[in-house]
This record gives sequence, structure tokens and C-alpha cells, in this order.
Amino acid sequence: MKDSMIEVKDFRKSYGDYTAVDSISFDVKHGEIFGLLGPNGAGKTSTLECLEGLRAPNGGSLRVAGLDPSSEFSKLKNKIGVQLQSAGLPESITPDEAMKFFCAYHSVDPRFDLLERLGLVEKRNAQFYELSTGQQRRLALALAIAHNPPVLFLDEPTAGLDVATRVELHGMMRELQAGGTTIVLATHDMAEAEQMSDRVAILLKSKIVATGTPIEITATGAGLTKISARTQSSSLTASGVIFPAVTQSISKDEYNIYYSSDIGSTVSAIIAHIKTEGDTLIDLRVERPSLEDRFLEITNSGDVQ
Amino acid sequence: MNAFIHHFIFEFRTGIRNKQLLLMNYLFPLGFYLMMGFIMAEINPLFREDIIPAMVVFGILAATLLGIPDPLVNARENGIFRSYKINGIPSISILVIPALTTILHLLLVAVIITVTAPLLFDAPSPLNWLNYALIFFSTAIACAGLSVLVGVVSPSSRMTVLWSQLVFVPSMLLGGLMLPYNMLPDIAGKFAQLLPATQAMNAFNGLAMGKEAAFPPWGSVIMLLVSGVLAFGLAIYLFSWDSRNTARRGHPLLALLVLLPYALGIFLFS
Repeated sequence: MKDSMIEVKDFRKSYGDYTAVDSISFDVKHGEIFGLLGPNGAGKTSTLECLEGLRAPNGGSLRVAGLDPSSEFSKLKNKIGVQLQSAGLPESITPDEAMKFFCAYHSVDPRFDLLERLGLVEKRNAQFYELSTGQQRRLALALAIAHNPPVLFLDEPTAGLDVATRVELHGMMRELQAGGTTIVLATHDMAEAEQMSDRVAILLKSKIVATGTPIEITATGAGLTKISARTQSSSLTASGVIFPAVTQSISKDEYNIYYSSDIGSTVSAIIAHIKTEGDTLIDLRVERPSLEDRFLEITNSGDVQ
Repeated sequence: MNAFIHHFIFEFRTGIRNKQLLLMNYLFPLGFYLMMGFIMAEINPLFREDIIPAMVVFGILAATLLGIPDPLVNARENGIFRSYKINGIPSISILVIPALTTILHLLLVAVIITVTAPLLFDAPSPLNWLNYALIFFSTAIACAGLSVLVGVVSPSSRMTVLWSQLVFVPSMLLGGLMLPYNMLPDIAGKFAQLLPATQAMNAFNGLAMGKEAAFPPWGSVIMLLVSGVLAFGLAIYLFSWDSRNTARRGHPLLALLVLLPYALGIFLFS
């Protein structure tokens, strides 16, 4: 069992009469990538800001790398790296200056290698406002990891980035994870959360409504599995063919598509039917409900357990 | 120390790179100085006697009141202070370093004015250089502190302009830059003593330029220094990292305490 790097117990945050986060608890293990998901206003940002020491909680307890973010902030600054959603850098600063400036406050040598790694060397003397959105976000990431923090908070790290840069950043996140960095990833991108996160928590209306691995969370939903089959002849298109557990079927682009609540029985029956009819299976695709499907299911139902 | 140096270098470069700051630090003060020198000195030859202290004070007012507050408000609004806090940059550095770099820019402007005014406009040079330097730094500290305080308590850029102009415009009209203090009506003169520009001009006249001061000049120097230190202290106390959902340690109206040294000075030194 790995140690917890982040522990959140009965955490509450309110602004006047408005409760942004209402008694949530979760923990993040050492070296884990933990996705924090939720619609706007669900409480993600408040949770992150309290974990980062930017705000004080109204109740419960928070521990990050063994420290209380509110009372031990001066020690925490070298334990965490934060890539904020807004870049948080002055318009006139250059990547070179920013690296020297931030590293100096962390008492570490500037990591110019990160600028090279993240493709910012040619822009090292350009002012921040002259950088593209992708370059700005890459610089923010370089600064967040320059002091080798054991815990990294990433808030929408790939928003507005092109595909190649997203892949590069995902690769870097995996490298950091392999090196033992614990990462909290707040994102609206469900595909990214599903691909990158070891575990996720879904926040809705100030509470956590689901937590677990992406597979665990998608498995708990009522979502139907999509089974697409293509055969050489037309054995599946004949009228009156019914397979078990299928609630809906359609034909599209030479595929017969079935939505099944029991993948095993449906696929077995389809294969058996094709064999019986003397037909040949050309392609068979099974698509489980995605994290996005489950997320939409949860947020649309509005159920808070 | 390393962090302070990198921060200082970055802020100093910003004062030249940023077009708005370049305008306020150099172009506006030097442009106005040349315009006043060529036009005003022809219209009113007596202005030559005041051109050096008046244009140095004008430069200080422009660079501080019009240059310092807005970037502070924008940085807070745009989450830059949040990023600074996470990275362990202390509030005192955020407030003091831009003020120090502005004073360095001002020093360059003051040197240009002081060296060129006698050559271009036949203006008299200061008689007491040590006092001249002391008054320059006292005025710069007072105005920089006041400007930092305006940036800290202003809720928005629009309000920043309003607060800054509330000091800048009366300073131009009543501070002794355009009209000698002695020509002001009594009530306006009392009000003018609440302004750093009035105290600076009085101190320059009495301690550096060999002219007669309207009220005790060393009192003016003390008021400038005390109000400057008080302004920085109030700014650090009232500083907030964030414009959203953040409680300040004190009410913004506490900033008015910065006028206290001038108000006391009116009673003590008049």
C-alpha cells in the first residue's frame, strides 16, 4: 500500500452563504495521477486552491506532502508545483527571465533544459504576450516542475493545445509519474482524464459523487456497450434477428450496431448466429461506455449520493 | 539575495519594455520638461529658477502615480500574484521592488533634467547637492509608497486612475510646480500641504536651490520620509493576493492614514 501524498478529510469551503465544497474526503497516493472532474461551479477550483495554500478551508483537514497547506505554507512552496489555469505571468517576462526568477525564489538552479525539452528555446527571449497559447502553457508547466516538486497540480493543462503538444505533455506527465511525482489533474477533458488518471473523483454540487479508477466508474453506470459487427454476407441484416440483452440496433456504413446491457451474451449470440448462417465475420468492435458518457450520466441526473 | 536580484532586474527591464511604463518613466516627464522649458520659460522667465525641481517633481509624480498602481491592479486581477504566492514570492518583494526600480528610472530622468536644464534653458543648478539628492530620494519614496498603496487598495483599473488623478491633478495645480506656493490663497495653501509635491518643492527651494522656503523645509523632508515609510507599511498590511473572495486584513479606508504625517505637519511646522 503506497503512502498518501494528499489527504482530504471532511473538507468544507464556503464564501459567505455559498458553500463551494461540502464535506468531501479523498486521498491521493504517492506517484498517482489523480483526476479531479466536475462541471463549472462544482468545487474543483476551491478544492485545488485550498490544497495549494491559496485559500484557507472552513472545515475538515487537508494534508499535502505531510503538511497543512494553510499553516505550513512556507514549507509547502518547495513541495508543490502548480500550473494554474491562467498562466499567472507578467506580460513582459521572457521564458529565460521567468525560469531564473522562479527558480531563484525556490533556491534551485534554473532548469533551462526544460525550456529546450518543451520547445521554448527559440522563444526564450520573447515576451510572454508574444508566445502562443500552447507555448504559454508549456512555459507554465516548465516553471511548475523546475524545482522538482513531489506534488504537481495541473489545472486544465492541455486546454487550447494542438494534438502534438498534448501528446508531448502527456508523455511528460507519464515521465514525472515514473519519477515518483504525484499529480492532481483538474480537467474538463474526459478523454484526457480517462487516459491519464489512475483514479478520478467526480465533483457535483459541492460533493464527490463518484470516485475510483476510470474503469470502475464507467462500470457502475447504466450505460450500454456499443457492439459493431460487419459480415461478408447479410446474415445480420435479415429481419427478425434478435440478440439477447440488446435494447437498440441500427445499421450504418455496412455495420450492424447493437447497444447491449450484457456484452458477453450479445457477442456470443452474434458469433453463433453468423456461424449458423454460414456467413463470415469481417470486423467486430466493442466500445464500452466512456468516462465522458458516465460523467454526463451523473451530471445530467444530478444525483448526489 | 539571488531572488531579489533576478526580481529587480526583471522589474527594471519591464519599466523600459512595457510601453505604458516607458511613457510614464521617460517619455512623458522628459517630453513635458522640454515643452515647459522651451515654451514656459519664454512666457515666464522666472520659471527658469524652478524648472529643475519642478520638472524633477513632475517626473516623480508621473512615473509613480501614473505608472505604479495600474500594473499592480492588473497583476492581481490576472492571477499573477496567486502564481507568485505559490512560488513563495513574498508580498514585500511584490510591492517594494517595482517601487525601487521606478526610483532607479527616476534617478536617470532626474540626472538628465538636472544636467541639461542649465545648458538648454539657462536654469540655475542646485546649490546644495547633498540636500538635493536627499530631497529627491525622500520625494521618490513618498510618492512611490503612496502609489503602491493606491495600487493595493484600488478594486479596479478604473478606480486606480481616479485615485491617482486625485493626487496628481491637485499636485500639478497647487504643488508649487506651476505656481509658487506663496501665490496660493491661504485655504488652498493649507490643502496643498497635504500633497507630497508641495512638501518636495518647499524642501527643494529651502534646502537645495538657495531660495526661501514657505514653511520649515526640514519638516517637509521628515513628512515625506515618514509618509513614504507609512505608505509602504500600510500597503503591505492591506495587500491581498487575489481579487476574488479574499478578505483583507484591514479596511481600504485605512489607507487614508498616509495623509496623517502631512496633516500633523501642518500643525507642527506651519
